[in-house]
Amino acid sequence: MPQVTLTVNGKQHTVEVENRTLLVEVLREKLALTGTHVGCDTSQCGACVVHVDGISAKSCTMLAVQANGTSVTTIEGLAAADGTLHPMQEMFREHHALQCGFCTPGMVMSAIDLVNAHPAGLTEQEIREGLEGNLCRCTGYHNIVKAIAAAHPLMHAKA
Amino acid sequence: MYDFAYQKPASLADAVKALGADGEAKALAGGMTYIPVLKQRLAKPSTIVDLSGLGLTGIKVEGGKVTIGAMTKHCVVAASAEVKAAIPALAALAGGIGDEAVRHRGTIGGSIANNDPAADYPSAALALGATIVTDRRSIAADDFFTGMFGTALEQGEIITAVEFPVPTKAAYEKFRNPASRYAIVGVFVAQTSGGPRVAVTGAGQGGVFRHSAMEAALAGNFSAAAIKGVKTSPDDLNGDIHASSEYRAHLVGVIAGRALAKAG
Repeated sequence: MPQVTLTVNGKQHTVEVENRTLLVEVLREKLALTGTHVGCDTSQCGACVVHVDGISAKSCTMLAVQANGTSVTTIEGLAAADGTLHPMQEMFREHHALQCGFCTPGMVMSAIDLVNAHPAGLTEQEIREGLEGNLCRCTGYHNIVKAIAAAHPLMHAKA
Repeated sequence: MYDFAYQKPASLADAVKALGADGEAKALAGGMTYIPVLKQRLAKPSTIVDLSGLGLTGIKVEGGKVTIGAMTKHCVVAASAEVKAAIPALAALAGGIGDEAVRHRGTIGGSIANNDPAADYPSAALALGATIVTDRRSIAADDFFTGMFGTALEQGEIITAVEFPVPTKAAYEKFRNPASRYAIVGVFVAQTSGGPRVAVTGAGQGGVFRHSAMEAALAGNFSAAAIKGVKTSPDDLNGDIHASSEYRAHLVGVIAGRALAKAG
């Protein structure tokens, strides 16, 4: 059986997979990291978004073998060891940017990549366009957009 | 999805050999279309040959043309200062494909090799008179797209780069399906050294096509006004639950007009 080695949330794992195994299946079923969700299974909803080598990707549309040798960050890898939330998570909480919560892990992962990619700032329009690949069935977009706008200065604050 | 063997060759020669040796083997670029196809069991390849180890990335602008490596991702083309300066319409098109996460993995070579009838890149290749460079030859875009999901590529032939001559003016506009966000109709217009060219995606039963009546109308007057009244026959257009062929025929004129207005 093929083996893949990947670093997930800073920890290296070597797991046996089939060639057809999806990255999201490795995360959820082999590594028990069930924070990454499968919503539509057709690459549209974005509930499965994780970071692969720092860049957002839909883990339901990536083979585990394609992720061999990469570094993957999931929603479980954001908070500090002492439980301090990532600024994006904190702002999602602060602005009540979730209703049922199903889309939230993918929203947060996409949002962090979006903010990282735009250090100079993001307009509301850019945030909304940047979230094109993340669907919220509760239609709670307004507060999600507010949370991302609020997280931007926190993430780019000078240390 | 059905299981398959998997190879990730480190050289173009090895990839060509792996694909050539097995008629049921299939190349994988970014996988943004092909993995969904596999998940729906619409294809059953014996072997997946992953092209991501071959390099084939990068953008070069020289001699009046923009050359983009086949494995260059949409997000890279969209953000490229060189592409924005030389053919802004092409950078804008790349930035409008799918969504952020899709653009992080999807590639120009994969899009063109797949020739999805609603894909964006084939319209740019056809309207700009691009040349598709493979491991063994160069193919003019006019000869490359041979029908829905059909191309002139032979089994095992791999696109290595796409060369776009820099046009005088160009623009792309699409009317998106509100749910899938794929183009119901997309039109790429370009004023090239060989005259005006208009390519339509999303609408044709045979995939991307050139609109010769509009091209004729634009000769001498490259403007939205010039195509007013140019009819598009619905006969060879797609009709589905999202849009009838008559509606698409109407949209072709509207979207072409918007593209021409944008091209200025």
